[in-house]
Amino acid sequence: MPVKDLEGRAIWQRRTSRESLAHWVMWLIGVAVFAYCWQQISASTTWFFVWDAPRIAGDIWTRATPPRWEYITQLGKPIWDTLNIATLGTIISLILAVPVAFLAARNTTPSRLFIRPIALLIIVSTRSINSLIWALLLIAIIGPGVFAGVIAIAIRSIGFCAKLLYEAIEEIDETQVEAITATGASRWQVMAYGIVPQIMPAFAGIAVFRWDINIRESTVLGLVGAGGIGLQLSSSLNVLAWPQVSLILLVILAAVVISEWVSAKVRGAII
Amino acid sequence: MSELNTLIGQPWRKPSFIKRPWLRWALVLGAIAYLIAAYMTIEVNWSRVYEGLERGKKFVLAFTSPDFTTRSSDIYEGMLESIIMTVASSVVGIAISIPIALGAARNVAPLPVYLICRSIIAISRALQEIIVAILLVAIFGFGPLAGFLTLSFATIGFLSKLLAEDIESMDRVQAEAIKASGARWTQWINYGVQPQVMPRLIGLSMYRLDINFRESAILGLVGAGGIGATLNTAFDRYEYDTAAAILLIIILIVMALEYLSGVIRARVQ
Repeated sequence: MPVKDLEGRAIWQRRTSRESLAHWVMWLIGVAVFAYCWQQISASTTWFFVWDAPRIAGDIWTRATPPRWEYITQLGKPIWDTLNIATLGTIISLILAVPVAFLAARNTTPSRLFIRPIALLIIVSTRSINSLIWALLLIAIIGPGVFAGVIAIAIRSIGFCAKLLYEAIEEIDETQVEAITATGASRWQVMAYGIVPQIMPAFAGIAVFRWDINIRESTVLGLVGAGGIGLQLSSSLNVLAWPQVSLILLVILAAVVISEWVSAKVRGAII
Repeated sequence: MSELNTLIGQPWRKPSFIKRPWLRWALVLGAIAYLIAAYMTIEVNWSRVYEGLERGKKFVLAFTSPDFTTRSSDIYEGMLESIIMTVASSVVGIAISIPIALGAARNVAPLPVYLICRSIIAISRALQEIIVAILLVAIFGFGPLAGFLTLSFATIGFLSKLLAEDIESMDRVQAEAIKASGARWTQWINYGVQPQVMPRLIGLSMYRLDINFRESAILGLVGAGGIGATLNTAFDRYEYDTAAAILLIIILIVMALEYLSGVIRARVQ
């Protein structure tokens, strides 16, 4: 611990002078990077619009209130589609994520050198690309509609589910697996009785967690044409029907809050 | 003992995940009914899908020969703008998140402050980034400022919630020891609370930087700056080789960030 001698008294210091210098330089670099970024953002901003923002926000608010309540009759089908996109997408992604997770986990992968990196690559690449981009891509391939939304959500969720699942597989208690192996069980029996029961709670938790996230994501998929309530949102925005926009936003908010509540309840029941 | 006696001689069966039989069967039947209903509503135009497969093949093949050069200046500018938005919004978002997290931790903050901070977190978490971006673009005009504000706002909900949970589960003994030495509130936070949550804060910040970068890639779809606009144009023009190049860059940067955050987290913990 660095101690400074000040007029005969020893004073405790957190860092040595070399450490504090390094610290200071790091902060300086950080601040410089931030200043550069801010300058760039500021350069490509029309500040006239920004100063006008409070007025515009107020204007939008007066136009959007009160919401057009009678429009809600037309939102039943889109919200049902949104729910289906999220649920079916989650189910398909779980079916695809399980084998990927087993191939990616250090203790169950058949080959650490070849197959594990491929599985990890699948996980990273599906995770790093947003579901909206997947939807754009799928619409170009299979045409607009709910089906493209389901597949987009499914692909996007593989990485997330597989990552959490393979971490759960790597954390299992090996002694149980050994006990099953010692009874002379085959590879599949070891899997079914030694590994699967241990990761089942994690699996269920991941499924519900991802379903909750997918409800959020599927509400906006319609913006690019992949079905669900986002379709209504984008068409209302295009014709500047603000009272409808505010109603749709309220419906989306309600759906998100309800799905979060359901997922918290279910997770509480499982874990 | 009688329970054991009745069980002796019976073959062992794997216990069910849900113990009550009626609940189990009700759930299974309900799930099947729902899946059928959901499946019925999805109309798949198989001939359209069949036509699209050709384009799908072209897209997959584009990954083997991504085109970085034709639109290199667009890609470079878009990427730079995405990175700038990511860095600036992460810094601002994290700076705002820390006081809100302190306010949202029940063991540090008084009840009124706690309720206000918790509701800020709830609002930020409930609103999807894209929806926030649409509203902010309408208010502030096109450009990276709207994207920067969107990502900063989304960062608050994520980081404050997780950080507040960490502060709530900290070790009270250490914090009390600082208090007992006669520390002021700010000193108490600085020496009693902050060192305990610092590793978690750094880890979460790195993770959020990663998320913000991924999100910044789509904000361009609604006009809020970043690489998304270039990507959208590439899709619209069916320039799959350019789109593949952009997606590959995104994947590479996310992988690099993930590796970097792994290194940093290993060092601070």
